[in-house]
Amino acid sequence: MAKVPVQFTLNGEEKAEFVDAGATLIKVLRDKLGDTSPKGGCNQGTCGSCSVIIDGELRLSCLTLAETCNGADILTTGGLARDGVLHPLQRAFMDEFAAQCGFCTPGMIMAAKALLDSNPKPTREDVIDALSGNICRCTGYEPIIRAVLTAARSNSQNAA
Amino acid sequence: MSQVSELGASMPRLEASAKATGVARYTADLAFPNMLHGAVLMSTSAHARIKSYDVSAARALPGVRAVMTGADIPRKRFGLMIADETALAIDKVRYIGEPVAAVAAIDRETALAAAELIQVEYEDLPGVFTPDEAMMPDAAIVHETFAAYPKNFDCIADGNAISIAQVLSGDPDEAWAEADVVVEGVYETQAQYHAYMEPVAAVADVDGLGRVTVWSSTQSVFRTQICIAEALDLPRAKVRSISPYVGGGFGGKSEPGVQIIAALLARETGRAVKVVLSRQEDMMMMRSRHPARIHLKTGARRDGTILVRTGSVVMDGGAYADDSPAAMHMVLHFLRGPYRVPHLRFDGRVLYTNKLRAAAFRGVGNAQATFACESQIDELARKLSLDPIDLRLRNVLQQGDSWLGKHPIGSASIGECLQRVRSESNWDARRAALAEAPTSKSGKRRGLGVSSVVYTCAYLSTSAIVRLLDDGTVTIATGAVDIGQGSDTAIAQMCAAALRLPVDSVNIVQADTDATPFNSGTNASRITYMLGQVIAQATDDIVSQLFPHAAELLECSVEDVELVPGGRVAIKGVKERFVSFADCSRRAHFKAGGPIIGRGSYVFRVEEPDTELTINKGMMSLAAIGTYVFGAQVVETEVDEVTGKVEVVEAWSAHDVGRAVNRQAVEGQIEGGLVQGIGFALMEELVWSDGQLTNPSFMDYKIPCSLDAPENIHAIVIENPEPTHPFGVKGIGEPPVIGIAPAVGNAVEHAVNVRVRQLPITSERVLRCLLDRGS
Repeated sequence: MAKVPVQFTLNGEEKAEFVDAGATLIKVLRDKLGDTSPKGGCNQGTCGSCSVIIDGELRLSCLTLAETCNGADILTTGGLARDGVLHPLQRAFMDEFAAQCGFCTPGMIMAAKALLDSNPKPTREDVIDALSGNICRCTGYEPIIRAVLTAARSNSQNAA
Repeated sequence: MSQVSELGASMPRLEASAKATGVARYTADLAFPNMLHGAVLMSTSAHARIKSYDVSAARALPGVRAVMTGADIPRKRFGLMIADETALAIDKVRYIGEPVAAVAAIDRETALAAAELIQVEYEDLPGVFTPDEAMMPDAAIVHETFAAYPKNFDCIADGNAISIAQVLSGDPDEAWAEADVVVEGVYETQAQYHAYMEPVAAVADVDGLGRVTVWSSTQSVFRTQICIAEALDLPRAKVRSISPYVGGGFGGKSEPGVQIIAALLARETGRAVKVVLSRQEDMMMMRSRHPARIHLKTGARRDGTILVRTGSVVMDGGAYADDSPAAMHMVLHFLRGPYRVPHLRFDGRVLYTNKLRAAAFRGVGNAQATFACESQIDELARKLSLDPIDLRLRNVLQQGDSWLGKHPIGSASIGECLQRVRSESNWDARRAALAEAPTSKSGKRRGLGVSSVVYTCAYLSTSAIVRLLDDGTVTIATGAVDIGQGSDTAIAQMCAAALRLPVDSVNIVQADTDATPFNSGTNASRITYMLGQVIAQATDDIVSQLFPHAAELLECSVEDVELVPGGRVAIKGVKERFVSFADCSRRAHFKAGGPIIGRGSYVFRVEEPDTELTINKGMMSLAAIGTYVFGAQVVETEVDEVTGKVEVVEAWSAHDVGRAVNRQAVEGQIEGGLVQGIGFALMEELVWSDGQLTNPSFMDYKIPCSLDAPENIHAIVIENPEPTHPFGVKGIGEPPVIGIAPAVGNAVEHAVNVRVRQLPITSERVLRCLLDRGS
């Protein structure tokens, strides 16, 4: 299979790889770069478990070709904690029991981060809407919604 | 990490940080040097004889390391209750999606390409696609060799039947004469897909000793070990089964996924092989909840006292038995509901068809039974012009009552559960107000519905080994798999409470057949109840070995010491005169007695049912079924009379958990089960056309998303300590899902005066009923 070069930033680190033409970003992140935080729940864009943030936008890494990410700035839940300090969303997901099996959690946290980055004081309805593309089979969503609202509050308190 | 050791504390789950940071490793995240990747070829025929295979093109593809078909594997069948399955089809295929061949290659793409190159010549046979077709006198037979399959229960069957059974209590034929009113109906439930977020996955490796090790997404490392050993014709000791983090199961990962296929490929190639199914493959190949059709009839006095209930049940088991007999027996066991029903008879039949196998699914059998039971109770209430909660309260089991065959009931708290949802939802005022409210301008009406739940927890056996390490911390090995419900945290909290240690002094060993003792599986809401039993035994064992060391060190008698919080043993009443667990354990490790190890071992068993009172034919033993748990819920729905669309806007769900080990984790089970129940009630259904699954993706099979969850969920935890349990706990894994569908159906009837007896309650079904009703 033809290989193509691709260069991007993953959680602040420069990455350069030769990847198969047509390889999806989730495959490159997981198999080549060892970041298994994006999960393959469906690999067809229907569950949100593979959600990542590319240049500030929430994207499905299973529907994104790696070769389209040249020069991009990519964030994953695997790189969200900095110097051992958890992101407020991660802390809130723990405290609110927002992860049961945990398989949807990295994607949920990305969807929540994309929301809070663009809308730091979301309403409950904003949160429900922002998470509607990410499926969770365990929690019934209520603890996840609470976690995102809690993180938003703690962000605004820190900013104040 | 929190320092609390009290039961009931809502400490974050042990692995919460691993999950929130994405470092928690699931099976598909594992990798080994030189690892190969597997792919599975699925049958394209619903029922056919396999005439021949041609694997030459697949073998010739560069990068392919092994191609295996049913011709290359031991002709050994496995199965939980009836041994009818092989890892790859042998001689015949019985559903579209059945594994026919497997490939190992240097990457998944090559393996998939090679699988496509395998030629299988089929001789098509007539198929049976519904239970009715399967019961026709001239129906094609799905398993001609059924009689020869090993079975582990007193199986009655004929034709395409997997199991035929009956429960009979009292004299139902006579009792109808006493009834002032009779209600009768046919209730149908659908095939629901488990939709665990992590598709089925396994990694297998072999060592130079002839042993195979399998890491997999499973609800039981021991069931997995047994099935691999049976299918590969190996002794148990040559198979090691381990579970990394599991991304949900809900019953669907109780029996094998792709572990045996991965093990076959690893043995064939001598290399590690990873097999991860795509979502479409998982939906076509794995399992669903049993579709059921239940004909139910209830007779009562004019005052609402239930006298008699009879029913007949037909379930679709799909192509292989899996948990089908157990699922059907659970329907028969729970069709009476949590009520006094002096006379009853339930007949059941589960049949093979040429479709995906049906299996255990959260609330196995009971969700189907409860939809029929609780819908019909409301129909009875309507006929008698009684309030649905009043009617239920008139009939609920009371303390001191027993179940079928004098099965003991520890705490019969169904009445309390109903009272709580009645008061918390402000049922009487709210229901009256909704009934009188005008239809909204956009054509929407709201209604309030209720349902009761009875279930059991416990079942089969378990064991634990607790080791006191030389620094006074503790390692506990139990074999229990945490599939996401939180049992590891519950185990640690119970162990810490028993030893009065901080929870972070307790280390849980990942379920591993080499490292952890036997536990039969994460099923039947059994883990917290069962593990509590063996944790109590094992920690008592630890204490009995610890105290002599403490007494020696404190120079007092063993009778004069006691545990005090924080890993200490002190002289009774003089807590400043203490030695630490570390002092005692170091003495044991290096000076006297040897390391301290505690053990617990337990099998759930009550008296065999009294056959004078209850006759069971063709059933598995009811003596091992578990201890009884109760719950109730009220839901408020909004029905759009223009489109038929139903939404659940608010819900109250109360469950008696005996004692909450971790309150917030319990609430999480209640909330999550409720929304899964809404999926079952309103939207989820696998649909086949002549054996072809038509909606194997989340595009076409909808499970609830955040927009579908109620605006308000009130999780109500009731605690009546369970008398048969050292910590007083009962299971809560499954009960929250079981009663949701009938509560929704009852609320729909309250809102718009139509009764939908078929799940899911889709817009189309509601609209059709509304049109039939007229306006």
